[in-house]
This record gives sequence, structure tokens and C-alpha cells, in this order.
Amino acid sequence: MKPQHALLICGLLVAAQWLPAQNPRLQAPQSIAAGDGFSIQCGGSGKASLYILGINQVLKREIDLGQTVSFAPGALHNAGHYLVILKSSDSLDKSELDVTAAKSPSDLSFLAKPSRLSVGIRDGITGAVYVFDSYQNLITTPVPVTFQLSNPAGASQTRLVQTRNGAAFTSMDSTQQQGADKFVARAGDVASTRIVGQVPGDPCGIKMAAKPSGQQVRLETEPLRDCSGNAVPDGTIVTFTETYQGAQTTVDVPLKRGIAQVDMPAHNGAMLSAASGVVLGNQIRWEGQ
Amino acid sequence: MILQSLKLLPAISVLLFATANDAAAQANVRIEPRVGLQGPRVLEEQTAAAAIRDYLQSWQSLTAALEQNRAELLDTCFAGTAREKLGQTIQEQAAVELGTQYSDRSHDIQIVFYSPEGLSIELTDTVEYDMQINDHGKPMTSQHMRTRYIVVLTPAEARWKVRVFQAMK
Repeated sequence: MKPQHALLICGLLVAAQWLPAQNPRLQAPQSIAAGDGFSIQCGGSGKASLYILGINQVLKREIDLGQTVSFAPGALHNAGHYLVILKSSDSLDKSELDVTAAKSPSDLSFLAKPSRLSVGIRDGITGAVYVFDSYQNLITTPVPVTFQLSNPAGASQTRLVQTRNGAAFTSMDSTQQQGADKFVARAGDVASTRIVGQVPGDPCGIKMAAKPSGQQVRLETEPLRDCSGNAVPDGTIVTFTETYQGAQTTVDVPLKRGIAQVDMPAHNGAMLSAASGVVLGNQIRWEGQ
Repeated sequence: MILQSLKLLPAISVLLFATANDAAAQANVRIEPRVGLQGPRVLEEQTAAAAIRDYLQSWQSLTAALEQNRAELLDTCFAGTAREKLGQTIQEQAAVELGTQYSDRSHDIQIVFYSPEGLSIELTDTVEYDMQINDHGKPMTSQHMRTRYIVVLTPAEARWKVRVFQAMK
């Protein structure tokens, strides 16, 4: 070996003694799952303070150096990025630690809209979920979520969606039958249910009959149904109109037991009609039958 | 070179808008294009801008609350789980007489999800910040950090509030 080389190696060895090794006193894991137990090795001797600091949690322990400090399951439970500091009277060491959400879903935040809508509306119902672990950390790794909308008769629609960044969403058609449907979101063993009321839509048509009623004419509809056959709810307004010699008389009548009924002046030659929303019923020319 | 500059123009203009208008004026703010935004609902520019403005303001309230250990400073900008967890952090800091100064230097924000009913916006933010730790009122140490946050905002009476605020690996 040449003397220059020997000198260089010697110099490097001396320098290496003075260079600090990578955190010789503090050895913490780089990453753990939320709520997992873990330990940190703290080299040296004497007393020190060990801090784990993050925006979502702070821990401090007074320790004896030269020991492994154990943290029980649940001690560090908020997902986040943490700074680990070991501080003694004469030194301070640092490292960083990531806490990730636990893998198993424990809670769902389920937003479903609307709570009531008409039957037969395509993509009328939407649902979105955020998936959390048992410590209310958002689980950002993909999780399969099942959405199911079922009506009292047993018919159901199901969608399977993977979460992205902890969120998943879907849309469903409202069914053809009125009633309270169950809208369920499920991830793992956790489910959340919302009730979506499906009400009849607008009447599919209006059939009206007229008959004498003393000095007046009685107009009465047949029971009103939507285009899926569901009874239109009581309280829905039916507007009766009588047109006679250029003058028009209108009366708004709420449905009662599925039908609307009204007495109007009996004028021979009057045109009588009924309408509800955008639906126009039959017209009758009153000839004093 | 010119082409590259032109491509950056929208981002730069949003950046200028953000820095001029937001309380987080000292931090550089970059808004990423909403490529791959999840959700069927159209996110209007005005809604996106309001959510980002309110989110950046939440950093101001967060830094003040953690520096002064005053949880009530969180109330304007945080709700739900985020408010509870940050409030707990402040209690834990106060118990051991620590204070932390978070100085956000830059934000790189991307809106990733707008829920179909319009009741939540989710964004990611890669934040560079300096964290200074004070022990019994005296500086103990500081650290430069670069962390990606995932944030869920929901609308409150007059603003978007942060409901989930979590650092991601």
C-alpha cells in the first residue's frame, strides 16, 4: 500500500469517528397503523424527555435513556405525520413518524339525498360515503363499498364501488312502487342505513264525470293514479274549470280518498275540464243531462 | 419554453388570485387542475374558490390556536372530528406546557371529490411548513416538514368548515 493511500484511509477513519451516525440514540419506526402498539429505542444514559408531536396528537414521556420505551395499543391513534424528539440535558435527537389509518372500516359517514322523491326517476337518488377506522381516521387506501337500495316488496338495486381518497359515491333510480325504501351503504362489517320515501308521481291522466246536483252540476274524478299505478296522494290539487260565454270559473280542490269533487253552476253549453299539475283531463260539454 | 409558460398560466393566475385574497397570503399557493375529480356534480369555480379560501383561512386559525393553546380559535373554521382532534391536541400541549408554531410556506392543493348532493368537498394539499416547538415558552427545536394532507370540508352557515384534517403517508 502506498503511503498516500494509507494516510487517506487513516484520515477517513478519524473523520468517521467524528461524524454522527444516523440517530444513534433514537430509533423509532417510520410508520405504524393507528392504534398499534410500538416501541422506541432511546440510547445513552441519564434522564430524557421523549415527545411525539403532530397536529392531531401530542405525547410526552419522561424516560431513562438506554431503554426501549413501549407505547401500548391505542396510545397513538390519530393518523398523521409526527415529529419524534428525544431531549436530554445535553442533546436533542429527532426523527419523523407516519401514522396511517387502520385498515378495517369501523364507521361510515353516509350522505343520501333526497329523503323523499317521486317514483321512477332515473339516477334520482345519490349516496356518498366516507369510510373511517375505529379512531375516526379517514381510511385512504381503497375499500370496497356496497350500496343497496331495496323497496318493501323486496326488489333491490346494488352497486359495488371502491373508495378513492376515502370516499365513494353512487346514484340509483327511484323504483316504480311507492313506499319507504332502505338505502344501505356497507363497508366490511359496517353498514349505515337511510330511508328514502318514494311517493307517487304526477297523475298519469284524469278522468272526470259530470252529473246534475240540484241546480248545479257535480264534477267528480275517478281515483287518480300515477303512470306506475300508485295512488296519487290525498291533498294533491285538482283544478276544475268551467267556461261559459267567454267567462271562466276555476275551483281548486284537494284530492280526498283519491278523488276530487266539486259542484259548479249548471249552464247549458258550458265547457267543463279538470287538470292537475301539467296533466289535463277530459273535457265535458254540459247540456243539462 | 413559451409553451410551458402558457400551460402554467392558469395555475399562476389562480396562484396570484389566491395569494392576493387569502389570509394565508405569506404562503405560496398552487391550485392543481381538477383532473380526475370524482363525483357527478359540476363544481362551479365560485364554489371551488370559496372552499379553498376557507381552507387556507383554516390554516391561520390552526396556527394561532396551536401556538397559543387556545382551542376556541378553531371554532370559526373547524367542525366535527377535525375540531375535536385539534382541540384534544391543544389540551395535550397545554398539559405539558408545549406550544407549536406552524408556519406554512407553500400549499399545493387539488380538489379530488365533490359529493353528489353538494354537501362535501374533499381536497389534498401538499404543505411545506416549519414547525417550531416551544417548551415552557422557550424555543426547543424546529423542523422543516413536507406533508400531504387530506381534507374534507362541509358547508356551514356562512363558510366551508374543515371536518376531516389528516396527514397522509
